[in-house]
Order: sequence, then structure tokens, then C-alpha cells
Amino acid sequence: MGLGSENSPIYVAQNTYTGNIMVQNVAKKSFISLEGIGKSYLQPNGQTISIIENINCQLQVGEIIALLGPSGSGKSTLMRMIAGLIPPSSGKVLYYNRQLIGLNPGVAIVFQNFALYPWLTVLENVELGLKAKGEAKDTRIQKALRMIDVIGLDGFENAYPKELSGGMRQRVGFARALAVEPELLCMDEPFSALDVLTAENLRFELLDLWLEKKIPTKSILIVTHGIEEAVTLADRVIVLGRNPGRIRADLSITLPHYRDRKSPEFQALVDQVYKILTNPDLPDLSIQTSTTTTPVVETKSQPKYQSLPHVRIGSVAGLLELLEGRQDKDLYRIAQELLLEVDDILPIVEASKLMELVSINEGDIQPSKIGEKFINSNIDERKEIIRDLLQQNIRLVQQIWQLLQAKRNHRISEELVLDILENYFTTKEAQRQLRTAMDWGRYAELFSYDEPSGEIFIEENSSAIEELV
Amino acid sequence: MYQPTIDPKSEFRSRWTIGDVLLPLAIIAFIFIIVQTASNFTGSYESGYVINLSLGALPVYALQTLVRMLAAYGISLVFSLVYAYVAYRSPIWSKVLIPLLDILQSIPVLSFLPAVVLALVALFPGQRLGIEIASILLIFTGMTWNMTFSFYQSLTSIPQELIEASQVYRLGAWQRFWTLELPSGVVGLVWNSVMSVASGWFFLMETESFTLSSRDFTLPGLGSFLRAAADAGDNLAIFTGLAVLIAIITVIDYLVWRPLIAWAEKFKNETVEAAQVPESRLLDFLRRSPTMRIISDRVFMPIAEAVNHTFSAKKTDSLNIQRKASKWLNWFNWLLVGAVGFIVVSGTWSAIALLSRMPLSAWQQVAVGALFTAIRVFIVLIISLIITVPIGVSIGRNPKLAQFLQPIVQIAASVPATALFPVLLLYLGNIAGGLDIGAVILMNLGSMWYILFNVIAGAQAIPSELFEAARVYKLSTWQRWQTLILPGIFPYLVTGIITAVGGAWNASIAGEYVKFQGRVLTATGLGSTITQASDVGDFPLLLASTIVMSLLVVMTNRLVWRPLYKVAQVKYQLVV
Repeated sequence: MGLGSENSPIYVAQNTYTGNIMVQNVAKKSFISLEGIGKSYLQPNGQTISIIENINCQLQVGEIIALLGPSGSGKSTLMRMIAGLIPPSSGKVLYYNRQLIGLNPGVAIVFQNFALYPWLTVLENVELGLKAKGEAKDTRIQKALRMIDVIGLDGFENAYPKELSGGMRQRVGFARALAVEPELLCMDEPFSALDVLTAENLRFELLDLWLEKKIPTKSILIVTHGIEEAVTLADRVIVLGRNPGRIRADLSITLPHYRDRKSPEFQALVDQVYKILTNPDLPDLSIQTSTTTTPVVETKSQPKYQSLPHVRIGSVAGLLELLEGRQDKDLYRIAQELLLEVDDILPIVEASKLMELVSINEGDIQPSKIGEKFINSNIDERKEIIRDLLQQNIRLVQQIWQLLQAKRNHRISEELVLDILENYFTTKEAQRQLRTAMDWGRYAELFSYDEPSGEIFIEENSSAIEELV
Repeated sequence: MYQPTIDPKSEFRSRWTIGDVLLPLAIIAFIFIIVQTASNFTGSYESGYVINLSLGALPVYALQTLVRMLAAYGISLVFSLVYAYVAYRSPIWSKVLIPLLDILQSIPVLSFLPAVVLALVALFPGQRLGIEIASILLIFTGMTWNMTFSFYQSLTSIPQELIEASQVYRLGAWQRFWTLELPSGVVGLVWNSVMSVASGWFFLMETESFTLSSRDFTLPGLGSFLRAAADAGDNLAIFTGLAVLIAIITVIDYLVWRPLIAWAEKFKNETVEAAQVPESRLLDFLRRSPTMRIISDRVFMPIAEAVNHTFSAKKTDSLNIQRKASKWLNWFNWLLVGAVGFIVVSGTWSAIALLSRMPLSAWQQVAVGALFTAIRVFIVLIISLIITVPIGVSIGRNPKLAQFLQPIVQIAASVPATALFPVLLLYLGNIAGGLDIGAVILMNLGSMWYILFNVIAGAQAIPSELFEAARVYKLSTWQRWQTLILPGIFPYLVTGIITAVGGAWNASIAGEYVKFQGRVLTATGLGSTITQASDVGDFPLLLASTIVMSLLVVMTNRLVWRPLYKVAQVKYQLVV
């Protein structure tokens, strides 16, 4: 199976249940709906930067929903808006058809880094929400102990979090969330801080509890960047795109549970999602590569700015080396072989694509002509190739280069570049964009950077300046 | 090394010991002594209290000093918690409180003296209570600022996820304070309490006997005993007094600080158990004691439960009510901020009025004094660095030495340098230059410890691999210092220098003007100007010199040390 089944955008499995698992024919009722949700931040320079735009969807009773997206797609922010931790800038969250103001009363959260209070024991941590509700001591402890029992933490009631392994800590996180009997259990990348095996174990235990209805929860919302994780657990996968965050696909997955990852249906679904995520949907990207006119003019007419994925050139080179002479070009299988999550491999692929070192077609990746040349070059030739590619394709590098040339001493301060970037990115993201551009530029020996003073400059004896002269 | 303590389950089987009988008695006795001693504090006061130099009087004096310190510490703690918490929770207040704190902590302790004393004497005319409270408040002003800063910093650096968890699980303000905010600050508060109490001891003599507008105020206590002994030149009394003082400091270290530091371990926000954990036998004893468990289960837990219940039951889920309330609160806050602003403005106005009456010659005196003291502070800094950096590094790099010396250094740091004055002055007074040079040594004793502590910590933090690399590549001693040790300890060094310079300015007040066996020794400087001004009650001069000193401290912090600290953070931070 080189590519997934191309003809069916959403794979629908026949409802042939193998076991007495969940019955899905209960009439679905939506209890939380998002109407035109958007989130934007006011920049220090007065500009507003949109992180999330116009999200509409409904959460139904009885489903596990996965929010899947690359980093920067605002999936955690979206979850926090549903939980009422952050108010949306536009649109509204409806909870049983009433607009949500403040915290969502039916939500509990399992956090990425557990968020356990280190000075409280396991029992005290689990009791926390019940205590805040003002429950009497007896019933409180009873409930907490039952949840500790359900989640498999028996015998650790008096332990402090630091005595526990990561997996055990996240169990405490689960027990604490479930103890308050939430209608919606939100999970913010709950398995990403755990090792592979522990994560897998915990995933299936959670699924057990859900399918056997041992936990008093109507729905589960899981934020993740793992495609397989999403397809394994969820009844519905909402794929988010970035810059700004928006819904790109809303797939319902009807494969019966405990899904076989090796089955062609499962693989087809994963491939499907991979294609959506690697699909060149970013219009600014294609425009950029087709035009070679002055980029400065473009900045004014275009609301979007080419966003650099934060990877090192070394990773790009590594990917290209791997592609050399490889028969199977399927991106999903390459990632699987490398044990890389989408979040790890997508930026590398994106960077390679930006520099036109590879081409991507329907989830297959292929080195371009220049990419082939890169693979067969020595280190100095490689730097030269990258230098040319950066100057042709990367707008930020082009701009920095022009600014440097305009100055007689070939020195500019980083604030100058950050000012430009902050028209399009948040302050933090602007910093990261600059760091990435610096890394690439340094590799290509285009320009150098003095971190303490925050100055970008062309080195006097650099090969780039020789070319210039 | 850290010994794995008996696992929590088997703790329940621990036996009753004789200690369990003594424990309740000790608690009762302790409370009685405090009440008894404090009852001495009332009564009428005449400004010529004579200190009894017989050794038999020492225990009573020591007790009174202890109670005073305890009271001052209690006030400091409550003040710190409230001040930092208000600044943290209210964005409006933080705009006023945080800059104010920066200024307050740069004002030398003894400059508070006239304001505090005069106010309290007026409040309790002819009563000893007024002077007692004044003394306690003076100690308080030396203790509280760093604790406040530390708590505020802990509050602002609580991880976002922990805050979100407290919101999602709907902790009320009360519960949030006790389960999240206070625990986050415990480690910092404990360490800063150690420092604060040490500085309380340091100014012991100044806070128990002081001269204001030519009136002597002396309170019975260890500090005034030491001063009287020094005045009388009674060597036996000086040394016994010092011995008692050091004994008290050591016992407090064992009975209070070590258990507290070991206990505070629990509140460290760390993910793995540290290999080396501070421990305390006393804490282990208390934790395993059945009596303590019964008291905690039967008394504290039910109370905590009841309080928690009242506070969480009151909390309703209706968000609109909260919003309205917070709107009113907002108005109220602005009103209060406005009031504070008014006080500040009117205070500044009357200060200017006071200062405008000062003759030009007085300004000259302040300027010359500032220059001399600045030079002295600079010399003190250089000497401190020369002495403490090599010692600190060798202690820090040698675990055995560190284990042995660190407690000693800690105790030595809290011995008031002014108590050593008489001994030193016997020799220094006769050397050429007199107090002009002596003051430098005295200021040194008051400030170099901060650098020493930080250098030790910095040297310990350098990874051994870097030292091994230095050996492998055969770096000479000089190269090793230049490329490894100095950059490695740099961030710590800067932290230490900031505190030490502040301490040196402060110590100049005690060091540049000494009354000794009926003689008055002075050195030209801002510190002696301040002391003299308060002695004779020249308030404009006192105000002017205090303002100048505070400004100098704040300005050097802002213009020199903060930028240096930033460089240290960016460039010399060891990434392990």
C-alpha cells in the first residue's frame, strides 16, 4: 500500500462488532458547542495577532474527541477555552445552549506535566477538587479512595508525587480529574511526558475504563500531536492547521475498539491524516515559491508571512541522507521507522520543502534535483547549496540579507528584525522565528550573530561577502 | 548521606518514648516563659536603665532578647505574607508596593530609629512598653524586606499548570492560599528567615540601646549587656556575653532552622528525589512521635477541616456575583492606592520643607561623608572578594571541608560584628588612622559573609566534569581560574556582591561611629553622619543623609549590579 485508499476521504468501517463493546446507536446529544471561536493577542506594537480563527464544532455525549494538530495550531488554547480557563476573543462557547462565562462547571483537566501539588500526598491530591466543593470528610475520602482504586494506585495513597514514576504520577492526575465526576474530561497531551511503553499501557487502561463505563464521564477531549494516538483512541478526530489555528478536517472514526494498528483500515486512516497534515494547503507558501519579485512589497499586501519551522539544518540533512536510494517513499512509514511523532517529523519535512530540497506528493516524499545534488556533496558544497536556496526561498533570510547590505558596517540589531516579525507573529514566536533564521543563516555562513549584544552581522572574511563584492 | 527513613506504614508502630512525655511539658513551659518575660515589658520607663554586669543577670537578659526577636520575627512573617500576597493578587497594588519595597529595603535599619521611637514614646508616654515595641519594630525593619521579596518572587513563579489546576478544581481563595500559594513560598521563606534572624542578631546592640536626641534608651537584654560590658571594659563580661550569644545562635540553629530546612524539602517543586537531602534529628523525632500524631489528628486536623468547610461552603458558583464584587473591590483598591499616593506626596512635601531649612554646610557634610563611605564600601568589597573567593571555592570544591565548615561559617555570620568591636577597638583604636581604618574592618565583618555563602554555593554548582576537563587539558592554575572557576561562580558572585554592598552601607552606620569606654570614636562618613544626627536629634540632617544613602544603594543596584546580573544570567549560566 503505497498510498492509502485515495478514493475515500474518510474511511468508514462496517459496523461489524467483534465484541460486546460500545454501542454507538444512542442518539447523540451535543452539550458543548463552539460558535465562531477565535483567539487573538494584542502585540506590544499595537497589532493584533490571531492564534485561532473561526472555529465551529460541537462536542457530543458519548464520544472521545481528539484535537490533533502540529505545534502552533492552538490546540491547547482551544481546549482551555472549552474549559473556560481562557476567554475567547471572538465567538462564544455554549454549555447546554447557554453562553459560558468563566469556568466550565462540567470540565476537569488532566495536564501534560501532571500539575500535581508536590507537597500533597496522592490521596490529598485526588481529594483536592472534592475538598473545594465542600464535601464532608468521610464521603470525600471514600470517593477519592475509590477512584484511586479504579485507576490502579492502591497502596500509594500516602506517597508524595516525587516518589512516583511518571506513569504513576499521570495516574494520580487521572484519578484527581475523575474524582470530581466531570461531564467532559479534557486531557492536554496526557501521554507525551511519558516513555513509549508506559504511555501505551496507560492509553489502553484509559480505554478499558471508558469502554467498560467504569468512569462517570460523558465525553473525553484529548489534545494530541500523535496521529496514531488519535486514531487509536478517538471516535472523532478534529485536525487543526496552524498560522492561524483553524479546523482543517473533522473525521469520525467508526472502527470498533481495540483497534489493530496493523490492519489496513487503521493504516489507511493514519495515512489519510498524514496527507491532510502534509498537504501544501498553506497558500502563502506556494505564492512565495512562485514569485521572485521584491518581498518587501509583498509584506504589505499579504496578511500572512512565511513561517519557518523550527528545525536545525542538521535534521534536514539527516532526512535527505535517509531518502537517498530509498524505495518506499511513504512519509508515514518513514516516521514510523524513525519512531518520530508528527510533531517531530513534520517541521523537518516542511523545512526541506521550503528550501525545495524535497517534493511531496500524496504523502510520498522525494528528493528534488537540488536535493540529490545536496546528498552527493561535501560539507562546503552543501553550505553553498543551502546558501543559494535560503536566498531564493526564505523570505526572512532575504530580508535580513537586504537589511545587512543596506548598512555600511553590515551590522543590524535583532530588534529591527523582530519589529518586522511582530507584525505577523506573537512576541515569543517572533523570537523563535529569528532564532531559526539565525541558525540557518549561520550554517550557510550568510551572516553571523552575537547573542549577548543581539547583533546580526556579516563576517568580514565570509564567503558570502566575497560573492557580494 | 541521606538514610532512607522507615517507610510510612511502619511509622505507625513506633513506640512511646520519654520524649513524648517531655514534649507537652516543653510546649507548656515554653509558652509560660514567653508570657512571663513579656509581662516584664510593661511598667514605667526611665531613660537611664542601668545594666547589671553580674553574670547571674545574663539568663534573664538573654531570655528577654529572645522574646524580642521572636516577636519581631512573628511580625515580619505576617507582614511579609500580607504584603507580598496583596502585591501578587492585585495588579493595582503591585504597581505601588513593589517599587516601594525596593526603596524600603535600601533604607538602613537604624535610620528608622527616630521615627519609630518618637512615635511609640508619644503613644505610651513614660512607659516601657513603648520602648519595647520600638525596639521590636527596629528589629522588624531589619528582617522583613528580604522575606517579602522572596515570597513575592515565589508567588509570581508558580508554574502555570499548577495555577490552572487550582482553577479547574475550583479552589477558593482561602484553600488556594493554603494548598498552592503558601506552600510554593515555603522554601524561600525558610531560607530568608535564616538570613533575617541573622541580621537581627547583627544589629542586636543597636536595637537594644540607642541614643536619640541626647536621651539614652536602654532595654534589659543581651545586646545592652554587651554594650555595657564594653563600656566598662569588663573583659570577662564581654566574653561570657559573646559565649552566651553564640550558644543561643547554635541552639536555635539546631532546634529551629535545621528542622525547618529539612521540613521545607517537602515543598520543593522537584520531580525527582534529590540525592542529598538536608535532615534533622529533631524533625525525625517529631514526625515519628505518637504524641505529635495524636495532637495533629485530634486537634489540628478537625480545626483545619472545619475552617476549610466554612470557607468552601460559602463559595457559590455564580460568577456574576463575583464579578460585581470585584468591581467594587476595584474601586476600593483605587481609593486606597490614592490614599497611599496622597501620603507619599504630602510626606515628600514636608520632607522637602524640612530639608530646605538645612544649611549649606550640612549638605557639604553629607556629600563628603557619602564620598568617604563610598570609598570605604568599595575597599570593603575588594577586601571581601580577595578573602572570600579563594576560601569559598576551596570549601565548595571539598565536600568534607564543606560539611565541617559550613555550619561554623553560618554561625560566625550571625555574630554581631559590633559585639566584637570592643575587642577589636582595644587594638585598632591605637593604630594610626583610628576608626577610619577600623570602620573598614567592622564593615567587612558585616558584609563579607554574603559573598562567602554565595561563592561556596557557586563552586558546588560547577559540574565536576568541567574540572576533569581542565585537568585533562593541563590548564595552569591561573588558566583554570580564568576559564572555569571565575565564570562558573560569576552569577553567584554577583548575587553575593549585591547583598554584601547593601550590608556594607548598612554596617557603616554602626561602624563609623562608636561609643566606647566613655570615648566617642568617629570616622568621616555618611554612616557616622546618620548616627550623630540621630544622637543629637538633628532631623533634617538625618533625613538628608538617609535619603542620600538609600539613593546611592538603589542607584548602584539599578545601574551597576542589575545589568551585571543580567549578563551573568545570559552568558555565564551553567547549562547542565
